[in-house]
Amino acid sequence: MIDLKGINDVVIRFATVNGTGSASANNMFAKAVYKMGVPVTPKNIFPSNIQGLPTWYEVRVSEKGYLGRREGIDILVAVNAQSFAKDVQSVRSGGYLMYDSTKLLADEDKRPDIHYIGIPMMEMCIAHYNDARTHLLMKNVIYVGALAALLGMEISVFENLIQEQFKKKEKLIPGNIQALHLGVDYALKNYSLLPYKIERRDLIGDRILIEGNNACGLGALFAGATVGSWYPITPSTSVMNAFEKWCYKFRVDPETGEHKFAIIQAEDELAAMGMVLGANWNGARSFTATSGPGVSLMSEFLGLSYFAEIPAVLIDVQRGGPSTGMPTRTQQSDLMIAAYASHGDTKHVLLFPSNPKECFDMTADAFDFAERYQTAILIMTDLDLGMNDHLSDPLQWDDSRMYKRGKVLTAVELESMKSFGRYQDVDGDGIPYRTIPGTHPTKGSYFTRGSSKDENAKYTEESEAYVRNVDRLAKKWLTIQKEIYPPEITINDKGSKKGLIFFGTSSYAAIEAIDLLAENGLHFNAMRLKAFPFTKEVLEFIDNHDEIYVIEQNRDAQCRTILITELNINPSKLKSVLNYDGFPITAQFISEKIITNR
Amino acid sequence: MTYQRPNFRHPDLPQNKIGFYRKDYEGALSTLCAGCGHDSISGAIIQACYEMAIEPHRLAKLSGIGCSSKTPAYFLGNSHGFNSVHGRMPSVATGAVMANKDLLYLGVSGDGDTASIGMGQFVHAIRRNLNILYIVMNNGCYGLTKGQDSATADQGSINKSGVENSFQGIDLIGLGLELGATFLARSFSGDKSQLIPLIKAGLSHPGFALIDVISPCVTFNNNVGSTKSYDYTREHIEATGSIDLVPYKSEITHSQIDGTTQIITLHDESSIQVHKLSQDWDPTSKISAYNKMHEAKTVKEILTGLIYIDTESKDLHSVLKTSKKPLNALTESDLCPGNDALAKICAGMR
Repeated sequence: MIDLKGINDVVIRFATVNGTGSASANNMFAKAVYKMGVPVTPKNIFPSNIQGLPTWYEVRVSEKGYLGRREGIDILVAVNAQSFAKDVQSVRSGGYLMYDSTKLLADEDKRPDIHYIGIPMMEMCIAHYNDARTHLLMKNVIYVGALAALLGMEISVFENLIQEQFKKKEKLIPGNIQALHLGVDYALKNYSLLPYKIERRDLIGDRILIEGNNACGLGALFAGATVGSWYPITPSTSVMNAFEKWCYKFRVDPETGEHKFAIIQAEDELAAMGMVLGANWNGARSFTATSGPGVSLMSEFLGLSYFAEIPAVLIDVQRGGPSTGMPTRTQQSDLMIAAYASHGDTKHVLLFPSNPKECFDMTADAFDFAERYQTAILIMTDLDLGMNDHLSDPLQWDDSRMYKRGKVLTAVELESMKSFGRYQDVDGDGIPYRTIPGTHPTKGSYFTRGSSKDENAKYTEESEAYVRNVDRLAKKWLTIQKEIYPPEITINDKGSKKGLIFFGTSSYAAIEAIDLLAENGLHFNAMRLKAFPFTKEVLEFIDNHDEIYVIEQNRDAQCRTILITELNINPSKLKSVLNYDGFPITAQFISEKIITNR
Repeated sequence: MTYQRPNFRHPDLPQNKIGFYRKDYEGALSTLCAGCGHDSISGAIIQACYEMAIEPHRLAKLSGIGCSSKTPAYFLGNSHGFNSVHGRMPSVATGAVMANKDLLYLGVSGDGDTASIGMGQFVHAIRRNLNILYIVMNNGCYGLTKGQDSATADQGSINKSGVENSFQGIDLIGLGLELGATFLARSFSGDKSQLIPLIKAGLSHPGFALIDVISPCVTFNNNVGSTKSYDYTREHIEATGSIDLVPYKSEITHSQIDGTTQIITLHDESSIQVHKLSQDWDPTSKISAYNKMHEAKTVKEILTGLIYIDTESKDLHSVLKTSKKPLNALTESDLCPGNDALAKICAGMR
């Protein structure tokens, strides 16, 4: 049998049934690793279903601080009868399988190349607790206890977490602590410690564990969004839920009960985006959150936002496409539709957060960008980032920061102006001045429309006026290109002509892959894209490297296509590393693809 | 279609009580066909806003796509306008209303824009009781694409090419009643004396006010056999009565009141006087409205006037409890919790 071992370097997968309370027990395990000062990355792998189907929770523990997924399941806690046979097969050779030994193991589930840890979970539950629901819940705590004990973890950390979790339901604490110890005691009495260990370190610093969607919701709160409009869709739903939760905490007048926000659950994504445009047109910061199918429907309004020059913020939490696709799996496959959504010559600004802190910062910035550029800003996050806890630098807000409302004319400014032309390029940057309805009794009103217009917003079918207008929009695009986020470039080896290009949640794995490749003597520099349009640094990086891989999580190399088209790159210069199975990409996958394709 | 409008204005033309002339409520020249019913409705909107002394910049006008949706360019030239995309005006209006509760909102749509492509958004705007006057310029056909039947064309109506419409027509007022609309009226573009007070009442109503205005298409749907032609409409119209909007604190003269007059008090204490043609009918009763509508339908009459009003209407803002200060006027100090609060939030995630 293969001899596996590791200190603070292990992947554990919990195979459970959704709706049985396993999620909070699994979370507790990840939180305990975090509390012991060791970097941890949990991932939910869940079905598009509410109760009864298999779910998995995968925890990677990494002393080196790698936060991407790692392939190979070292330890599997298999408590789902439905997926048991498949789960047994998923353990890496030499790995460990913890199961409920209340029932005997079937012959076909016995593998000679893995270790079995049988814990009579249900038997212990029945012996110590009375009702069926409690049996189900305590079973989860028992396996957490058993696992923690065999990994040599500090049991007091779990006790504290239980105390914290049931602060408001104190009578549940003794039962849970008892279950924890039932697991601990049985495991230590019947098994020896595993060769995997989780030991206390001080590697977390001030980092927090937070889901990207929550960070996006907080970003919208701090940036002063007041109108949220949305249609429920996995995996974006928790963005608006978070925004709403924080609004109730911070935006309800304690005396009058008045709300300084309005959230409307729309009839569909078309309406959600329409409301966003209507509110922004009328001077309120407004946003929506959706996923790929929603972006398809919102395309019509994205075109209007581009052509009528109305600010909008859209958070796209990407999932597996096309069509309904894989609603509960992750991908980065909306790039093409997001960049060019709607008919005619349209382009949209995309931001690529790669961790929760960036979800917060970029969402907040998106409102400033939307108003400065008077166009839609799309934040391209994904299910992996949005719906999993990530170890993240803490969120911060500069209290001196003022909202940048862009070129909006006040009544006083209008009064002193000779004339106002809504689509005049006064400053030569392609960005016109706008007015908010109700500002001035006789000046500044105009008719907003998605049809062709002249500088004074008058309808026109004159070719020259049309061309002037769309050319100005192209000029505005160049202004955005100069001002938007540059990429984050990391030069690991000055002499190297090899480069990796990546963005969003592929970054965790890409950064780790650079280390793996270096171990194989291949030294790569890195460019993490943070926005579209691409600033000049992107082209410089590509020009300065000979062997370049674009890493992305879709089948058709969408980012590579956009790079080639927008920057006029010779296609043979950009190679692809593509992962699109719905699971977050891993460093092992990237380095193997590169090594075998060279 | 008028190509020139004289600049001359008589010096003695009256100003309204805030000092605006009627021309201050006009817009650009209409590019619709000569005799289009929509231009008459635009005229009624201008007259109503002038008489109500609305500050033009305190009203926002929104529309979708189609002949009707072009009209906001032809009235209230000093008001902000939003010509959105086809069938999507209700959602844009919803966002706009949420952003600033202090403006008046006038939505203009057509039968295609409302009853076909925009049906989804239309019904949801009604459900939410959005504070807006929503006028449908209803001609039973798609004028801008040359006269195809629309979803409000009556079954059996014959179009210009002589083809009979085989499908059921959608009755927007009947639909509105089912959806719980709080203000429903129908009128005829050729009857300004009825339409102008309805527009005033609709603008005063706190919630979704729908006026379905039969507005004949002179070019594509004014032929013999059409049930939306001028002649047919005139012949089949049956008014529930006429109404007057009596502004807040104005005196109600006794001469206006007779046995069939009903006074309906609005939220701002202005009132609507309904001069009814029959006593057995009460516009504040849904059942009465249902009965009256179905009776009219049975005898192929077009029932016009105020059909239903809910005097207890609660608009979307009061449901959502939004602040007195419009959301678009809130600033950093109202909205941003600050870094100390954020630090506390983060501490809870450790």
